[in-house]
Amino acid sequence: MKRVYVNEEWCLGCRLCEYWCVFSASGEKHFPFAFDGGAKPPAGIRVESAGGINFAVNCRHCDDPLCMKSCISGALSRDDHGAIRIDKAKCVGCHTCIAMCPYGCIVSGGESMPIKKCQLCASRDYTPQCVSHCPAGAIVFEEE
Amino acid sequence: MIDYIQPDYEVVRNKDLCIKCKVCVRQCANEVHVYDEKRDVLFADNSKCVNCHRCVTLCPAKALKIVKTDHCFKPSANYTKEIIYDIYRQADTGGVLLSSMGTPKDYPVYWDKILINASQVTNPSIDPLREPMEIKTFLGRKPEKIEYAADGSIKTEKYPNLELKTPIMFSAMSYGSISKNAHMCLARAAEELGTFYNTGEGGLHEDLYKYSPNTIVQVASGRFGVHADYLEAGQAIEIKIGQGAKPGIGGHLPGQKIGPDVSRTRMIPMGADAISPAPHHDIYSIEDLRQLVFSLKEATDYKKPIIVKIAAVHNIAAIASGIARSGADVIAIDGMRGGTGAAPSRIRDNVGIPIELALASVDSRLREEGIRNNVGIVVGGSIRSSADVVKAIALGADAVYIATPALLALGCHLCRSCHSGKCNWGIATQSPELVRRLNPDIGYKRLVNLVTAWSHEIMEMMGGMGINSIEALRGNRLMLRGIGLSQKELDILGIGHAGE
Repeated sequence: MKRVYVNEEWCLGCRLCEYWCVFSASGEKHFPFAFDGGAKPPAGIRVESAGGINFAVNCRHCDDPLCMKSCISGALSRDDHGAIRIDKAKCVGCHTCIAMCPYGCIVSGGESMPIKKCQLCASRDYTPQCVSHCPAGAIVFEEE
Repeated sequence: MIDYIQPDYEVVRNKDLCIKCKVCVRQCANEVHVYDEKRDVLFADNSKCVNCHRCVTLCPAKALKIVKTDHCFKPSANYTKEIIYDIYRQADTGGVLLSSMGTPKDYPVYWDKILINASQVTNPSIDPLREPMEIKTFLGRKPEKIEYAADGSIKTEKYPNLELKTPIMFSAMSYGSISKNAHMCLARAAEELGTFYNTGEGGLHEDLYKYSPNTIVQVASGRFGVHADYLEAGQAIEIKIGQGAKPGIGGHLPGQKIGPDVSRTRMIPMGADAISPAPHHDIYSIEDLRQLVFSLKEATDYKKPIIVKIAAVHNIAAIASGIARSGADVIAIDGMRGGTGAAPSRIRDNVGIPIELALASVDSRLREEGIRNNVGIVVGGSIRSSADVVKAIALGADAVYIATPALLALGCHLCRSCHSGKCNWGIATQSPELVRRLNPDIGYKRLVNLVTAWSHEIMEMMGGMGINSIEALRGNRLMLRGIGLSQKELDILGIGHAGE
């Protein structure tokens, strides 16, 4: 399946991907409205920076997903595109998936959602916004 | 000490739009944007802003703009703000003023005062989408006439020529003045376009030897990075005598830009300033130039054309005539509006002549003397669009060199701060975290797009004139008319006035 990959050679650590991720999930039409005057909700992609190396990490949509296996309410499932999606109505906010994810790619979702993870921008025709807005072409959406 | 210099630009942040993502803080190498955690505010230190638009371009909320300050002196047409600040700067430092890229001064741009012809009724125009249109160009010495042997084979001695799919090449920019990634973009684009890029005088990085079939190597007065393999790597060798932005002076790459890679490529010690002398110390006459031309030919087995690059200066026609007799295969002329990675401001802004006049007088002189076929002519120094290319070729050029448009395609915003070494776009810098901002995979495609677009436009304009081969456009000054030019200017350009 196509996944979001990051090439650390080109990642600038500008963190624009995080902001476009939030905007993408917000459903808002205009970019600034997704942030409510500066508050930044959690994003499904996160840039790690240390020692001059930057690297954006997000859900691997694992072949053997521990998050899905551990979910006590059946809120996580895989869709036709292979993306592991959250069913907000079923999620009880136990955060077991956060503890189980070996990559640390599921985070607490803040006020609007119990958890937050990359869903491959399913609501935007599976066009990951972190990829389209990466100024360095460091984030790609492709088969491995 | 009193700081007499006030900021030229002001950063304007629209607080309604700003989401405090701090991309501006992270991306500005000049440290203009600052986030104060205690007060949760972003502010900008305008005095550090060079107006490169990195923050404006990357701001996802479109909350930023840069404006020219309206802070002013008492108005004077003579002592302008620029003049006053230059005096303050020199009083501060005692140094020569440095600038980058082409002169911003308001010299006439003759390209914009020349109009191109088109066919109507009496001769048909040609649609390049439906009919063949040839812009392939051969660059180098041409035989006077062709003689055939009895079996039909060509008897005439053929001279080495460069074959260009489009009459546009990337002009010399050294590794050192621009980043390795920028060089990589130029090399890959030249390969895909079937044209050439020029190494400049900084040698050729070992990773770029694979682009040898599309490389022109330069030998300049500093002779940095010149060795047998380097000369072999070029399809042509360019002797750089002068540069349009700084005729008559050499170059100076500051020691801090000379890290391990640049040091190895240039074959000079790390951290030592790389100073190119003003003249070649072995060239004091056309006869001396001839010796270097033939040394280089001898070293490369007479297989490669030799280009001699000169800046456009007052006696350009006589100088070019000498060069055409020196054994050189191509003369490259660089006009005074051309760019540079660093030049003394006074020289950049006051020395040399515009490329249009230089080209016209050189082509006319070589024709009068019957030696135009001895050499190809390449012009650079502010070729800004395909229309400039068409006009240059009609004035007599074989091909053009572009550099500033190539850098613009790579993201340059002409902030003219290359000499600071802190290029936010990863072009004119050697700092690894800034160089990384220019991804060659993206950059080379943008260059290919630019030159492809220009090539299409050249074909459109040729078709409009009813010309289907670039050879028929070359030196075809009847296709040009001047507008708003004096008789003297028209005479030098060798064109009539519009309406004539």
